[in-house]
Amino acid sequence: MSTNSLAKVQQYLHKNIKARITALLLLPMTWLVVIYLGSLAALFITSIWTVDDFTNKVIRTFTLENFIEILSDRAYLNVTIRTLLIAASVTILCALIAIPMSFFMARVVSPKLRPVLIALAITPLWASYLVKIYAWRTMMSPESGFLTWLLSPFGIKSPGYGLVSVVLALTYLWLPYMIIPIYAGMERLPNSILDASSDLGAKPFKTFFKVVLPLTYPAIIAGSIFTFSLSMGDYIAVQIVGGTFQMLGNVVYQNFALDLPFSAAVALIPVIVMVLYLTLIRKSGALENL
Amino acid sequence: MILSKNAKIVLTIFMILGMTFIYLPLFIVVLNSFNSSISFSFPPEGFTTSWWSKAAQNSGVKQAIITSVYTALGATAISLVLGTLAASAIARYKFFGRDTLSLLIVLPIALPGIVTGIALNNVFTNYFGGLTYFTIIIGHATFCIVVVFNNVAARYRRMGSSFEEASMDLGANRIMTFRLITFPLLRSALLAGGMLAFALSFDEIIVTTFTAGAGQNTLPIWIFQNLFRPNQAPVVNVVAAALILLSLIPIYLAQRIINAPNNN
Repeated sequence: MSTNSLAKVQQYLHKNIKARITALLLLPMTWLVVIYLGSLAALFITSIWTVDDFTNKVIRTFTLENFIEILSDRAYLNVTIRTLLIAASVTILCALIAIPMSFFMARVVSPKLRPVLIALAITPLWASYLVKIYAWRTMMSPESGFLTWLLSPFGIKSPGYGLVSVVLALTYLWLPYMIIPIYAGMERLPNSILDASSDLGAKPFKTFFKVVLPLTYPAIIAGSIFTFSLSMGDYIAVQIVGGTFQMLGNVVYQNFALDLPFSAAVALIPVIVMVLYLTLIRKSGALENL
Repeated sequence: MILSKNAKIVLTIFMILGMTFIYLPLFIVVLNSFNSSISFSFPPEGFTTSWWSKAAQNSGVKQAIITSVYTALGATAISLVLGTLAASAIARYKFFGRDTLSLLIVLPIALPGIVTGIALNNVFTNYFGGLTYFTIIIGHATFCIVVVFNNVAARYRRMGSSFEEASMDLGANRIMTFRLITFPLLRSALLAGGMLAFALSFDEIIVTTFTAGAGQNTLPIWIFQNLFRPNQAPVVNVVAAALILLSLIPIYLAQRIINAPNNN
């Protein structure tokens, strides 16, 4: 391109805001829409197809049999409920741990200590996902794990691998995703509001529940998007610390190679739940807190 | 906020418990890498460094690290370009559909990894001739865009548009303004976003499982494959411990970047 025409392009972009926005968005949106949304669409279309029982080849004719199978078989309903309950427990546990920690870091310690503490608290975000689950495998090992050693003098048996260890491991994995937005939300609170509350006679306890918590609510919801969604789709923690039960991710994983249409139909469940969740919270302002 | 002494004590206890919860499991993995027992056991049976030297000679580990580093570099490069472009539009202009677009950028990490994984696998294997090394990079870049986007968008919001306007008022064109004003102001945000993207990609296993071609083992895939092999247990543990110790470096660097003087 000659210097002259380059200058013309520049001038055109300078005058025309729409052209500028389009030029900036062209590449990232092509990538996300074509590669990402395109793949999602191609996947979910297969959920209304079926496979040949003998060859395992996908047959592209419309059928609702995958959905009928999911809805009519109680086992799949149970897996769905179990998965949602695990994701909800993980989210609640993360919030219960993250709220007092974030409050302490953002409001109680001296401003000098704050960056050090928050860096320490979110360091595990940088440690490998698999390593963290592995760490819980060593913690929960029923024969020689840390918990067995810790609890046996009191005559308590370590829960070993199972539901409890999956919830603990997932809580451990996603805790930093909850701490980051809540800490940011609490740090943003203006002092004047908290002072006003105590000037008007509220005890710290009351100020915390009536002022601090409601104002950081969008941040808590923002954190819950990650803890909930990431827990709901997980199938690796179950394999490493879970013992024998299944989550939705395991059902998707097991059927994926031989019956992709059924697998796609099961994968729709967490997606529908997440889309509903995201639409519900859109008004709370949580998405700006991500 | 003025707190009573008791409230402060209770909060301090919560903080200590929380930090114990965060660090105890990691500490035990590191401790166990020096444990002379072949399976993990607490308390450790004796001290040895032989697992570390054994792991250092393991060719599978070496190959996996190389694959992981190249994948993460590729995914980081793509997401730096795409994330910065998207942030330049979304954080600086108001236009129709802006909220939907920011939602679309978050979607790849907000939806479960297994959904992204099987969706990409289906398209790559059935329509684009199978899985290779590059399909991992494409998959990773898709969910790495958001971390670059978040960092750059936050920087744009903080710096406002007055510097760029001043530059153009003084006669610089857009390219010159970007080179001399915008880019230097964005640099540390790009570095932070790039490091996060690198870490996210280096660590990813679920999307990788579904987008890796035959024999393309990233480090997490290698760990997972060897996790349940009893004779490989000590080597897996050393790799895990090394990854934990390595994760301290980016924290140190990130702190340096955040506290850097040119950031204000």
